[in-house]
Amino acid sequence: MGVDIRVENLNAWYGPVHTLHDVSLHIPANHATALIGPSGCGKSTFVRCLNRMHETSPGARADGTVLMGDIDIYKDATPVEIRRRVGMVFQRPNPFPTMSIYDNVASGLKLNGFRKKRVLDEVVERSLKQAALWDEVKDDLKKKSGASISGGQQQRLCIARALAVDPEVLLMDEPASALDPVSTAKIEDLIFKLKSQYTIVIVTHNMQQAARVAENTGFFLMGKLVEFAPTTKIFTNPSDKRTEDYITGRFG
Amino acid sequence: MDALPLRSRGVSNFVTVRRNLTNHVVTGVAIISTILVLVPLVAIFGYLLYKGASSLNLAFFTHVPVPVGEPGGGMANAIAGSGVILGLASLLGIPVGIGAGVYLAEYARGTWLGAAVRFTADVLNGVPSIVMGLAAYALIVARQQHFSGMAGSVALAIMMIPTVTRTTEEMLATVPKSVREAALGLGIPKWRTVLSVSLRTASPGIITGCMLAFARVAGETAPLLFTAFGNQFWSFDLNQPIAALPLQIYVYALSPYDEWHRLAWAGALVLIVLIMASVTLVRIFANRGVLKGGN
Repeated sequence: MGVDIRVENLNAWYGPVHTLHDVSLHIPANHATALIGPSGCGKSTFVRCLNRMHETSPGARADGTVLMGDIDIYKDATPVEIRRRVGMVFQRPNPFPTMSIYDNVASGLKLNGFRKKRVLDEVVERSLKQAALWDEVKDDLKKKSGASISGGQQQRLCIARALAVDPEVLLMDEPASALDPVSTAKIEDLIFKLKSQYTIVIVTHNMQQAARVAENTGFFLMGKLVEFAPTTKIFTNPSDKRTEDYITGRFG
Repeated sequence: MDALPLRSRGVSNFVTVRRNLTNHVVTGVAIISTILVLVPLVAIFGYLLYKGASSLNLAFFTHVPVPVGEPGGGMANAIAGSGVILGLASLLGIPVGIGAGVYLAEYARGTWLGAAVRFTADVLNGVPSIVMGLAAYALIVARQQHFSGMAGSVALAIMMIPTVTRTTEEMLATVPKSVREAALGLGIPKWRTVLSVSLRTASPGIITGCMLAFARVAGETAPLLFTAFGNQFWSFDLNQPIAALPLQIYVYALSPYDEWHRLAWAGALVLIVLIMASVTLVRIFANRGVLKGGN
């Protein structure tokens, strides 16, 4: 089941560069939330702060409060604990190239020391079914490398891999931007199905995509959250002039 | 759809001819270079076969050397001795080398200590092998007051370390950041990510580096001269002088006897074949069970 995320006064830096300024918002559980904005506006940095991935970059740091349920992820937990509860799907599909499809999905459990084969089999099958990939790969689970399937399949494999550790939150950083329209549609269908069980945060450049999958949308500009509202309101009746300019294509 | 003729795209006939010519020239240069690389290798191997193959027989692999004037004798003890010395050298050198490479690539990026270790490894790589032998002599042989196979292994292990360290570092650097982030994003701790994801992804290159280091020291004579020293009899005691193939070749080749010269040729042939065989075996063994990526 998903969990609420409350962000208060989140700031982030890359070395001396201040990339996120006092972002505060409430991401509701079991819904999809889209983040839009031009390149370099801080939306990727923002999601990378939600699983403490941001701080793995050299010289990067973050400051503020991020409550996941009642846990402050920057005070009450280690990055490793947080990342087990928060799955992440990246812009480019990044399966482990030396592992089979099966091992890719099982990696989150196996590499954390979990070895019961029967349970692993079940988790792999369930996760691949959730990611709508099972039928396409069930005969090659241990024969094919995770990097040998098509780009769209790889991305669904990465989603299955993230789901296998049973997270509460799923962060997706432009998950379809490297994919063709058919694969993109499959990913969007997936988000639509998964959002009843997980809190989904999706960064996207594609405004139609935001409109299709997300209940709420946030608009970022130059490291600031300009507006956060129900998706229909953002796209039909934004309260900020800058949001309107962006979604009507006047800049960005 | 018909393609536009080149000329209407603004590319003149002259330019096309020149580009094709350049293409042929560059391809030709590449082919000639490849041949130039292969010729010495094939020539050396062919000459060894010609000189050494006739002296090879079962006795060569099963008997120890005999005194001058007696017919027969072989290098069985030297072959086994080389195996023991190299095995121990790999056991000592490869783990240390890989460990240092992991430290440089994953933990010491941009630190002064990392830069110092990297610089030291590069300097160590350039140290002449006879100096390594002297160092092992001073550190081990002089203290123990006797030659030993162990001292030879240590000298060879120290020679292996810089090659293994630097290839491990370079190969880890080629593992994409995205693959590392995928592992970290699953809540896998950093040490586990390094071991099971980064090292595993880079393993083909790291194995190549280890094999390069192994092949390089396998033929070394100088570091063994005042360490392993050589032995005319069977011995597996690493605390005693021990025979080694390069040492035996060295002694026989410098001798004034024709019979020993023939055995030296045979020994050189066996040495090169054994190095090739062990490198090939490791490669086949290492490739088994590794799924190939890419489309």
